[in-house]
Amino acid sequence: MHLTAFRFGKPYESLERNKLVHFMTGEPVAEVSQVGGAIVSRDLRKADNARNALLKIDPEDIVERLQTAGNLYALGTVEVGGVKQSPDDFARQQSATTGLPESLCHANMKKNLFVLSNMDRMLDALSRGLSPEILWQGYGTEHRDVVVSYQCQSPVLGLVLPSNSPGVHTLWLPVIALGVGLLLKPGGQEPWTPYRMAAAMIEAGIPEEAIGLYPGATDVGAAILADSGRSMIFGSAKTVEQYRGNPAVQVHGPGFSKILLGDDCVDHWQDYIDVMAESIAANSGRGCINCSAIYASRHTDEIADALAERLGTQDVRPPDDPEATLAAFTIPGAAKAIWQQIESLLDKPGVRHATAPHGSRFVEGERCGWLRPTIVECDSPDPEIAHAEYMFPFCSVVKCTQEKMLERIGPTLVATAITNDSGFQQQLIHANHIDRLNFGPLPTIKLDWLQPHEGNIIDFLYRSRALQMAATTELVSTATAAPAQSGR
Amino acid sequence: MPADTTETSPVFKVADEKSISQSRDKLDAHTAEIVAWHFHPSTGSPFWLEYAEKLNFDPLKEVNCFDDLKKFPAFEDEWLRGGPVTRWIPKGFAGQPAYVFETGGTTGTPKSRVNLRDFRTDYEEFSETLPEEYFPKGANWLMLGPSGPRRLRLSIEHLAQHRGGICFCIDLDPRWVIKLIQKGWMEHLEAYKDHCIDQAITVLESGHDIRCMFTTPKLLEALAIALEKKGTTIREAGITGIFSGGTEFTPQWTRFAVEELLDGAFMTPTYGNTLMGLAASRPVIPEDGYTIAYYSPQPRAVIEVVDFDDTNSVVPYGGTGRVKLTTLTKETFVPGFLERDEGERERPYAHYPWDGISGVRPFSKLATATTVGVY
Repeated sequence: MHLTAFRFGKPYESLERNKLVHFMTGEPVAEVSQVGGAIVSRDLRKADNARNALLKIDPEDIVERLQTAGNLYALGTVEVGGVKQSPDDFARQQSATTGLPESLCHANMKKNLFVLSNMDRMLDALSRGLSPEILWQGYGTEHRDVVVSYQCQSPVLGLVLPSNSPGVHTLWLPVIALGVGLLLKPGGQEPWTPYRMAAAMIEAGIPEEAIGLYPGATDVGAAILADSGRSMIFGSAKTVEQYRGNPAVQVHGPGFSKILLGDDCVDHWQDYIDVMAESIAANSGRGCINCSAIYASRHTDEIADALAERLGTQDVRPPDDPEATLAAFTIPGAAKAIWQQIESLLDKPGVRHATAPHGSRFVEGERCGWLRPTIVECDSPDPEIAHAEYMFPFCSVVKCTQEKMLERIGPTLVATAITNDSGFQQQLIHANHIDRLNFGPLPTIKLDWLQPHEGNIIDFLYRSRALQMAATTELVSTATAAPAQSGR
Repeated sequence: MPADTTETSPVFKVADEKSISQSRDKLDAHTAEIVAWHFHPSTGSPFWLEYAEKLNFDPLKEVNCFDDLKKFPAFEDEWLRGGPVTRWIPKGFAGQPAYVFETGGTTGTPKSRVNLRDFRTDYEEFSETLPEEYFPKGANWLMLGPSGPRRLRLSIEHLAQHRGGICFCIDLDPRWVIKLIQKGWMEHLEAYKDHCIDQAITVLESGHDIRCMFTTPKLLEALAIALEKKGTTIREAGITGIFSGGTEFTPQWTRFAVEELLDGAFMTPTYGNTLMGLAASRPVIPEDGYTIAYYSPQPRAVIEVVDFDDTNSVVPYGGTGRVKLTTLTKETFVPGFLERDEGERERPYAHYPWDGISGVRPFSKLATATTVGVY
C-alpha cells in the first residue's frame, strides 16, 4: 500500500517514501510518500481555492456530508492508498504502526464518529447559536437583530499531527464545517486517521480541493507553521513554549490533567477510585486528558495503594486481544529510556513507588517495549515526579493541603474537582491555569464536545469585527466570493 | 578498488576499462608526487615532517601508489582544530600569502584548512564542467550562501571572475542559523532567511544582468517561492544557470526543483567541503530517477565509499558505506579522512572515469547529534 501525498485534489507520488512496518514483527505495512516543506509553502499560495470550494456548498449541506463521512469512516469500506480498507483493516493497520491495541483503535473511531455525527449540535454550541450563513458570507444579522461580521483568519488550517495518540483528531473535524480547508501533516507512524478521514470526506462529497495531505519530515511542519494563516501543532512542553503567544498557532502539548480531592470529600476516596483509575488508564494513558496527578490532603498512601492494586496488575497482551489495554512504545529503546528516567526520580526523598509490589513495570519486546501502569505516592508537591507526565498509565498521588492546591498544581488541561465546598469551587472557577474544569466525579478523559477544548476553534479561525451599514446601503449576498487573505 | 565496472547502465554512460585504467595510473603517479612533496625535508609541512618521525615506514620510499596510503594510520579530524595553522603550510610555499578557511565552529574551535591557491584551482577545474548554454562566459553571478570564514564566497567570486563576470554577494552566517534552530527561535530563523532573500531579490532586480547563481537548496527554494509571490520566477529574474550545494540534496528535492521551482533554469548539484574542493555531478535526469551521483576532482581529491567497520575496504557498487576522503594537492595532504557522510558507491562515469557516490546524507550513526541542512 502506498499513501501518496495529496495536494488539494492532486495525488503526488514522491521519490522518497517512508516504510511503515509492524511494531512487533517488522513486516511491511505501507509506504508513505515524503514531501518537502517548499511544496507546502508553494501550495499554500493557492489556499484560497480550498475555502472557495467549500463556500460554493450550502453550510448545512456540508454538515450533512460530514455526517455521511463519519459513517463511511467508522463503518464503511473506503479506498485508501489504492486499496479497499474496512474498519477492521484500518484498526489492524493503525495498531501495527502505532503500537495501540486494536480495541483502542476501534474506540477512537467511535469518538471521531460521535463528533462528526453531532457536528450540527457542536457548531451551534461553539458558535453560541450563530447561523453558519454568517461565517459563509462574512456578515449577517443575529437573532437579536444586530449586525455581526466575522473575518476568516485563514482559508486553510494547517495541522502538524502526532503519531502517538489517534484521539486528537476530533479537534480538527469541525474545521471543514466552518468553511475552512485542511492541510494535514500526518504523524509519521499514524497516517491512518488523516488518510481514511480524507477519503471518507471526499467520498461523501466534500470537495477534494479543500483537503491536503503532506506527509514528510520536520521541514513540512515548519512550513505549515510559517505559511498557514492559522495552524495547530501537537508537541512537547518545549514546543508549547516555542509558540506561546503566537496568535496564529494553537499548540497542544502535555496536559498535566489532574483530579483534586477537596477536604470535604477526601475521606470518601473509595467512592472515586473508579473515576481515578479510568482517568489514568483509558486509551492506554496516552492522551493529554489522562490524569497524571491526584491531589489530596490525606489518605494519599491508601489511594496510591488502591490504584496500584487496581491498575498495577495490568499486563501486556497481543494487540489483537480484545482485552489488551496497553500500547507499545514502537521506537526501539524508548520504553527503556523512559523507565530509566522514572527510576532515577523514584529514588528521591518523599517518593514511594506504589506499584513496585506488582512486578517490573518495563517489559522488553524484540523490536519495541511496554510500560505497565505505574502509581507513585509523593508526600508533597516538591518531588520532580509529582509534576511528571508520561505516555502510558502513570500517576502521582500527591499529598497537599487544599489551601495550597491551586498554588502547587501548575498548568492543568483538565481538572476534575471532587468537592462541594463552595469557596473552593469559586477558587477553581477563577483559576486561570486550569483549562477544562469538571466538578464532581467525572473522569478527566470524558469530554463534552459541545464545549470548547483549549480555546474555541471558531474564535481561532474567525475574528469578530464591526461592520456598519448606512440605511441607504444594501450589501449583495456573495457567499461564494473569495474571502480571506492567504497565509501571513 | 575493485575493477568490476563492465556492466553498462541503461541511463548513463559508464566509463570504459581503458579510461578507468588511465585515470588510475594518473592517480598513482600523482599520489607518489604529492607524498614526496609533503614529506621531503625541504618542501614538506611542519605537521607531516614531525608526524613522519612517528611512522613505522618511510613515506618517501614506501608510498608509490594510491593504495599505499593505507599504510597511514587513520587521519584524526581533531588535528585540524586550533593553531598554529602555519604547521600545515609546506616549506616549499613559505612566505606566500595564505588564507584560512573554517568548517563547523558553531560551538568550540572550528576545523581549518590553510589555502594558498587551491580554492582557485578547484573552481577553475569545476568551471570546465559548466555548460556554456546556461553559464555563459562573461555573465555576472549572484552568490547567495555562507560566507565569513568559509571558502565559498571567495571561491564563487573567483569562479565568476575566471569566467569573465562579476560576483554579487549576499552574506549568510550558518553558525547563527544553527544556533537559532538549537534555541528554537523559529521566528528569528524565518526573519533571517527573509532578510537574506530580500537582499537577493533586490540585487536581481537592480539591473546587474545576473544570469548565474550559487546558492544552497534551502535558499534556492526560499528565493523561488519569494519570487513566485511577486508574480515572477527564477528564470524570469534572469537566472539561466544555478550551481547549488552546501547541504544535502535528495532526488525528490531535485525533481521538485526542476518541475516546479526553476522555470527552465538549469541546476547542477555539487558536493563539496573545505577539505575536498568540489565534486561535480553527472547529469541529473528523470530517467535516472533524479539520482544525484558525485565524482570527486581526481586526482586532487579522492572519494571512496568504504565499509563502516573496515574503512580500508570499499563496498561493492551500489552498496552503502561511509565517505572516505583523501586530499592530494601540493598545499594539502589529508590521507583517508572519514567524513560525517554516507552514501552508495557509483560506477565510473564516462566523463569521470573513477568511482562516484550517490545518495549522500549524514552518517546515520552520527546524524541524530548533528544539525544539518539548515541553510
